[in-house]
Amino acid sequence: MWMKKNRGAGTALLLLLLMSGVGRAHADELSELKSDIAALKTTYAQKIVALEARIAQLEVQASAATAIAEAPPPPPPAPAGGGGQSAFNPAVSVILAGNYANLSQDPATYRIAGFMPGADIGPGERSFNLGESELTLAANVDPYFLANLTVAIGADDSIHAEEAYFKTTALPAGLLLKGGRFFSGIGYLNEVHAHAWDFIDQPLVYQAFLGRQYATDGLQVKWLAPTDLFMEFGAETGNGRHFPGTGRNRNGMNSTTLFMHAGNDIGDSASWRAGLSWLDQRADNRSFDSVDGTGAPILNAFTGSSRLWGADFVYKWAPLGNSIERQFKFQAEFMHRIESGSLAFDTQGGNLNGSYRSSQSGWYAQGVYQFRPRWRIGLRYDSLHSGDPSIGLVAAGALTLADFSELAASSPDRTSLMLDWSPSEFSRLRLQYAQDQARRDARDHQLFLQYLYSIGAHGAHKF
Amino acid sequence: MNKTLLAFLALAALAAMTPAHAALKILATTPEWASLSREIGGDKVDVYAATSAFQDVHRVEAKPSLVARARSADLVVATGAQLEIGWLPVLLQESGNAHIQAGGNGYFEATSVLRLLEVPTSVDRSLGDIHPQGNPHAQLDPHNIALVAKALTARLTLLDASNAAYYSARGADFQNRWQIAIAKWETAAAPLKGVPVVVIHRDQVYLCHWLGLAELAAIEPKPGVPPTAGYLAQLVVKLNASPAKMILRNAYNDSKAADWLSERVHAPVVTLAYTVGGTPEAKDLFGLFDDMVNRLLGAAK
Repeated sequence: MWMKKNRGAGTALLLLLLMSGVGRAHADELSELKSDIAALKTTYAQKIVALEARIAQLEVQASAATAIAEAPPPPPPAPAGGGGQSAFNPAVSVILAGNYANLSQDPATYRIAGFMPGADIGPGERSFNLGESELTLAANVDPYFLANLTVAIGADDSIHAEEAYFKTTALPAGLLLKGGRFFSGIGYLNEVHAHAWDFIDQPLVYQAFLGRQYATDGLQVKWLAPTDLFMEFGAETGNGRHFPGTGRNRNGMNSTTLFMHAGNDIGDSASWRAGLSWLDQRADNRSFDSVDGTGAPILNAFTGSSRLWGADFVYKWAPLGNSIERQFKFQAEFMHRIESGSLAFDTQGGNLNGSYRSSQSGWYAQGVYQFRPRWRIGLRYDSLHSGDPSIGLVAAGALTLADFSELAASSPDRTSLMLDWSPSEFSRLRLQYAQDQARRDARDHQLFLQYLYSIGAHGAHKF
Repeated sequence: MNKTLLAFLALAALAAMTPAHAALKILATTPEWASLSREIGGDKVDVYAATSAFQDVHRVEAKPSLVARARSADLVVATGAQLEIGWLPVLLQESGNAHIQAGGNGYFEATSVLRLLEVPTSVDRSLGDIHPQGNPHAQLDPHNIALVAKALTARLTLLDASNAAYYSARGADFQNRWQIAIAKWETAAAPLKGVPVVVIHRDQVYLCHWLGLAELAAIEPKPGVPPTAGYLAQLVVKLNASPAKMILRNAYNDSKAADWLSERVHAPVVTLAYTVGGTPEAKDLFGLFDDMVNRLLGAAK
């Protein structure tokens, strides 16, 4: 820049000199020109000096700054925990949960009409309850694996390994392998831990088909496509012991799961994820409480295959992706299950046996809106359709449908409304009201107050 | 069952057919590191910014689109110091990408080469949203950008050795232009020394420290904790006794609290880009600092 100016000034001077040479020789004109040139010279000389000074100044500043830039980086921060053995402690986090429940119906009589009861379902106990306390320990094992243990301590002092898995971190080509006990990748909510649910309980479709949440002891392999559109394909196999399967004392793979997810952004404010899932396993003598035609309690059992497919969709919106002020989340899932095999009636008495086939479905949809920082309101609707099962013993005339009254067609539903307040990222208080018509003949008004506290390492949640 | 499996495999195969890309793929967690990566990487890199200037980087979701970008990234450029702790670990774990795991060459943390301010002497969540390794919002001091640029240049030459000369040349050119720009900003911003300001979150600490702005108070009583009515009332009393010249707000901050305070203490709200893209003028790193200095000078008049 300054060079150009300098050169320009020189050319101007030369031109002026030339012009003065060929100019007419009027003495006063000449002296005027001379003084003009002298003035120009001084001006440019001053300008050049000023520019040179400025450059020198810049050079000093630049070299000083480069010296800073080239100074050795600060020593790395001391590892947390003060070194020694504890430096390798895994990340520890604890979730404390509890609730107060006001239920208009006796929770001991809870049934999802039309569906064989299997695992842990229902709204829990009345009055004050300690929820499940979760303790999670997680860390990288070595450059190849990470490990995660989540222990759930129940209100009844039971302790069980909710998840205990290893996962690879160094496989090539977008492959991930997970092994141990883990929540299956099927559906959307299945992998989400209870403390991250938007309602206090699982949708009815999860309770009826998967016994709340499907965990398996086994292996999962996942492959992520190398595309800008998120596409994930997964397969799992395991011991198949979790509801709707049972332990079968059999070698090999006792359950098969397939799932795929796709997702992307819509503009700067919204994102979505959609998925399809498939679960195939078998039950051997999956027994359940029932009553016969006379009302006497009996035990029945199902043996056969249980195949489920599902579709899930999640959509999240926040203005320009900033979820501090407002956020909206919509999610919906659909599941369809076919169970076919044999049904044993009164296994401890007459023990009659005949064929059985059911085709059942269910879905839920929910929306949660954060209308101001820290406050969210949510609405969920649950719906199930049991359909009429075909029962061989009834078709053959050995028994009547009254002997399987619990399995007669039913369409339970439930509407839940919740409001929660999160004083910080680590605490949440929730109020939930639900009208639950899972029972065939009674409507349950459920009111819950729930607290959730998280201490220890900062958790990171999936989408 | 077989049909399901076949359809499933066919879909997976379809997804596998994807065009190869030669450029080094960089996933930057924030716009400033994306911009810096472009400055040094030029046309040899393909940069994706995980967040925009209108998002609070503490609160970002591990969106499917980000997992997909992490899957094919050759390098993740993050801030570090736990700024991205709520979402980046999930991206890394879910990416199925061995190259970008923490500790490897494909993972770069800007704060690893910086001396952070406000390293807490005790760490407890009752103190709010504090970062054990120090305040991570270090990009607002341009001298820090220079340090990160140097380390990032070195990392790029290491990762993509065939273009090492290209990165070194661009890195050196950037350093030259940046140092001249810093001198220009520091000369222009001299009148800002000692000017009393109010901030929202403690993420303008590095800017205040660099320009010598005097941080009188923060609208958040503790980092990440929204103010109560009582606290704001106290703040008004305090600021009427010792007035602030201006209230600094980042592009991603909601304007309500700052506007409310502005009316009562008669100090203008200055909206700062905070990072590249936060204002129309902040098109790149140079524009970011040009614009911040200009806006501060405008309000200080």
